[in-house]
Amino acid sequence: MSRASLTLCLTMVLGGAALLALLNLVVPAGSALHVPTYTVSLFGKYLSYAMLAVAVDLVWGFAGILSLGHAAFFALGGYAMGMYLMRQIGTRGVYGNAILPDFMVFLNWKSLPWYWQGFDHPAFAIVMVLVVPGLLALVFGWLAFRSRVTGVYLSIITQALTYALLLAFFRNDMGFGGNNGLTDFKDMFGIPLHADATRDGLLVATAIFLALELLIARYVVTSRFGKVLIAVRDAESRTRFLGYRPEAYKLFVFVLSAVMAGVGGALYVPQVGIINPSEFSPANSIEAVIWVAVGGRGTLVGAVLGAVLVNLGKTFFTGALPELWLFALGAVFIMVTLVLPGGLLGLARRRAPRAVPAAPAPEPAE
Amino acid sequence: MNLIRVLLLMFALCPFAAQAQDDPFAGLAGNYEAIRHAVEALAVSGNPNAAATVAALQAGTLFAAPDQSLWIRQGDTLTNARTGVTGTPEGDLRRVRVNNAVRRAIEEATGALTLFAPVPAKRIKAAADLFAQHDAAMLPMLERALAKETDPAVRGAIEQAYAAALLAAGVAPVTDRLAAIDVLRRRGDLDASNLLASLTNQPPQVAAAAARAVAAIARVQRLWALAQGVFYGLSLGSVLLLAAAGLAITFGVMGVINMAHGEMVMLGAYTTFLVQQAIGAYAPALAGAGVVLAVPAAFVVAGAVGIAVERLLIRFLYGRPLETLLATWGLSLALQQAVRSIFGASNRDVTSPGWMSGAAQWGGLTITFNRLYIIVFAALVVAALMAVLRFTPLGLRMRAVTQNRRMAAAMGIRTPWIDALTFGLGSGVAGMAGVALSQIDNVSPNLGQGYIIDSFMVVVFGGVGNLWGTLVSALTLGIVNKFLEPVAGAVLAKIFVLVLLILFIQRKPRGLFPLKGRAVEA
Repeated sequence: MSRASLTLCLTMVLGGAALLALLNLVVPAGSALHVPTYTVSLFGKYLSYAMLAVAVDLVWGFAGILSLGHAAFFALGGYAMGMYLMRQIGTRGVYGNAILPDFMVFLNWKSLPWYWQGFDHPAFAIVMVLVVPGLLALVFGWLAFRSRVTGVYLSIITQALTYALLLAFFRNDMGFGGNNGLTDFKDMFGIPLHADATRDGLLVATAIFLALELLIARYVVTSRFGKVLIAVRDAESRTRFLGYRPEAYKLFVFVLSAVMAGVGGALYVPQVGIINPSEFSPANSIEAVIWVAVGGRGTLVGAVLGAVLVNLGKTFFTGALPELWLFALGAVFIMVTLVLPGGLLGLARRRAPRAVPAAPAPEPAE
Repeated sequence: MNLIRVLLLMFALCPFAAQAQDDPFAGLAGNYEAIRHAVEALAVSGNPNAAATVAALQAGTLFAAPDQSLWIRQGDTLTNARTGVTGTPEGDLRRVRVNNAVRRAIEEATGALTLFAPVPAKRIKAAADLFAQHDAAMLPMLERALAKETDPAVRGAIEQAYAAALLAAGVAPVTDRLAAIDVLRRRGDLDASNLLASLTNQPPQVAAAAARAVAAIARVQRLWALAQGVFYGLSLGSVLLLAAAGLAITFGVMGVINMAHGEMVMLGAYTTFLVQQAIGAYAPALAGAGVVLAVPAAFVVAGAVGIAVERLLIRFLYGRPLETLLATWGLSLALQQAVRSIFGASNRDVTSPGWMSGAAQWGGLTITFNRLYIIVFAALVVAALMAVLRFTPLGLRMRAVTQNRRMAAAMGIRTPWIDALTFGLGSGVAGMAGVALSQIDNVSPNLGQGYIIDSFMVVVFGGVGNLWGTLVSALTLGIVNKFLEPVAGAVLAKIFVLVLLILFIQRKPRGLFPLKGRAVEA
C-alpha cells in the first residue's frame, strides 16, 4: 500500500465527509447544492461499513485469516452502543419506565438484568464497545490459533460463531430485545439524535475514526510486526520453524481487528437508528469479505473503496431494481474471484511489479 | 266372580311383574327418573338389543306404545326394541323424551355398550374408555364382556379396565386387588401409574404393591422416553446426514468449499414440486408415487447443475479454497434469486403422499411415518453412495484422483472429467436430500441456507474425507441436539451444539475420524 494512495484515501474520506456535512448544514434546503440529511446518514453508514471492511482486510489481507464472522464483532459493538442509547431514552419510551427499556416492560420484566447495569454511563458504554468484541475475539482466537485451526476450517467455525450469536440474540430471554433488537433511540451524550447537526457530526466522527483506523492498521502492517504477520500469511509453518509464534501474531491482529469492527458497529447504530439480530447473519460477514475483495485484498485503502462502492451499488439496486440486486452481488463475487483476484486496486496497479501477492494456498487433499 | 277376576288378573300380571324386575327396558316407558335407571340397567345388562335401543334413545327415534312396548323407527319401518323384530304396534306412539340427566347416563352407557360391538377395534376403544372411567358399577358388565370375549387383544384391554374398576371399587379381596395391580403394572403407562398412585385406604400389602408398581412403571416410562428421544435424534440426524452427504463428497473428498451446496438441496426440493405439479396435470393416478419419481429427477437436475458449476466456475479455482468459498457464495445468491424470480418468494406447497403421513404407536413410542421414511431414505442414500465409491469404476477413479491426482492422470484417467463427475455426484445427492426435506420443511428459495452451516459442521465434526465419519457425526449431533432440547429449549440447544462443535474443532481440528497419512498435511 503506497503512501500516496493512503493520503488520497484519507483526504477523500475526511474531506468528503466534511463537505457533505457542510452542504447539509450551511446550504439552505431549497438550494441545488443542499445535501439531504438522509444522504448524510447514508454515507455515515457506508463509512462505518468501511471500518468493518478495513478490520476484515487487516486479518484476511495481512494474516490470511478469512473470518466469516466479523460482522459479529461489528454487531456486538453496535449492541453495546445500542444499550447505552436505550438507557438514554429514559421516560420517553412508550411505557414511560425510567429504568426499563420498552421491550422489557412489554415482556413483564421487573428489574434491569445485571449485564445492562452501567450502560447509562457513556464512558462505560464506550469501554464496552471496545471490550466486548475484543474479549470474544481474544477467547475465540486463543482457542482457535493455539490448536492451529487454519484455512477453511477457521472460516467455517467463525461462521458458526456468528450463527450461534444470531440464534442467541433472536431469543427474547436474552434481554437484548429479541427479534426487534434495540431501536427508537432519542439522544446521544445529551444531544438529540435526530437533529441534522448530530447527523453531520456523526458522519464526520465516523470519517475521523475510519482515518484513525487506517493509520493504526497501516502502522501495524508496515512495522516489523507486520512483516512477520505477512510471513505467517504466506508460509505459516516456515515462520514457525524460524522461531516465531504465529498464534501470538494472529491473536493480536485478530483482537485488534475485532475492536476496530466493534467501533464501526458503535458508530453505525446511532446513524441507522436500529440494531437487531440480523446483523449477526453469516451473509453479512461474507458480504463484508466481498467488499474487501472488490477493493483489493491486503491494501486497506481498497477495503474502504470496496465497501463504499458495493454499498452504493446495493442502495441503487435495492431501490431501482430489487430483483437484480442478488444477481449483481452474486456476479460480483464470482467475477472478482475469477478475473479480478487483486480487486480494483490490483487492476489499477497491474503495471507495478509489486502486485498483491495471492496466498499460495496448497491444494487440499492431494 | 270378582275374586276370580282379580286372581286371573294377578296370574296374568305376575309374570309381567317378575319380568319388570328383570326387564331393563321397562323403565323406558316411564318418567325421566325411570328412563335414567333403565339406561343404566341396559348398559350393564349385556342384552343384545341394548346398544341399538340406547342409540335410538339418543337419536330421538325411540317410541313407546300404549301397551308399554318400545319401538325403534328407522325410516318407515318400526322395530321392537326388546326383540329386534319388525312389526306394527297398536295405538298411538309416543316419543321417549330425554333430559340432561338422561343424556349423561346415555353417554356413559354408550361407552359400556360398545364393549359388545362386533368390531374388535371398537371394543378395545370402549374398554379404554371404561379404563379411564374406572367405575365400580361397570364391574358386572365387564365380567360379562370378559366371559364372552375371545379376541386376545380386546381381552387384554378389558382385563385392564376390569382391574381399574376393581381397584376403584375398593371392596374386592386382597388377592384380587394384587392381581389387578399386576395387570396395571404390565400396562405400564402414565394412566395406570396415576390410577395406582391415587389409591387410598388400601390394606398395607396392596398399598406397598401399588407403590412398587408405580416405581416400576416410572422406570419403564423413562426407558420409553429415552427411546423416543433416540428416535427423534435419529430423525434429526438423518436430516443432517442427508444434507451433509453430498457435502461429504464435494468438500470431504474433493476439498471444494461449496457454499452453494444448500442451493443444490433447494433445487432438489423445487424439482419435487415440479414433478408433483406435472403428475397432478398429466397422470393423477400416480400421485402417491410422486415423491419416489422425484428422487431420480432431483438427482439428475442437481447433478447437472453441479457439473455445469464445476466446469464453468470451480475448476478455475482449484487450490484456492477461500476464493472458491466466495465464488460459490456468490453463486448461491444468484441461484436463490433465480428461483425466487421464477417461482416467487413464497413457500411452494409440496404435499406428502398418503402412505407417508400418519403414525404408529409401538409400546411407549410414537413413530411418525414421514420421519421413519426419511431415516430409511437417508440410510439408503448413504449406502448407495458408499457402494458407488467402493464398487463402481467411477468410484475407483474418484478415489484414485483424490489420493494422487498425477499418478491417476498417468494411469490414463481423465482427471478433469472425474472432477466434474464427482462434483456432479455430490450435488446430485444434495438434490435427493432436497426431495426428503421438501416433505418436512418449507419449500422456499431460502431452504438451503438453513442447512449450509449445519452441513459443514457435520462434515468437519466427522472428519473430512470420511463418509463413515459423516454418518456418525450427523447421528451424534442429531441425538445430542434432541436430548438437549427438553432441558434447554430448541434454540438454546442448537446454540449449545454449535458452541460444543466450535470447542471440539479446537481440540481436534481434523474431526472425529481424521484421515491419517501424508494427504492430511498437504
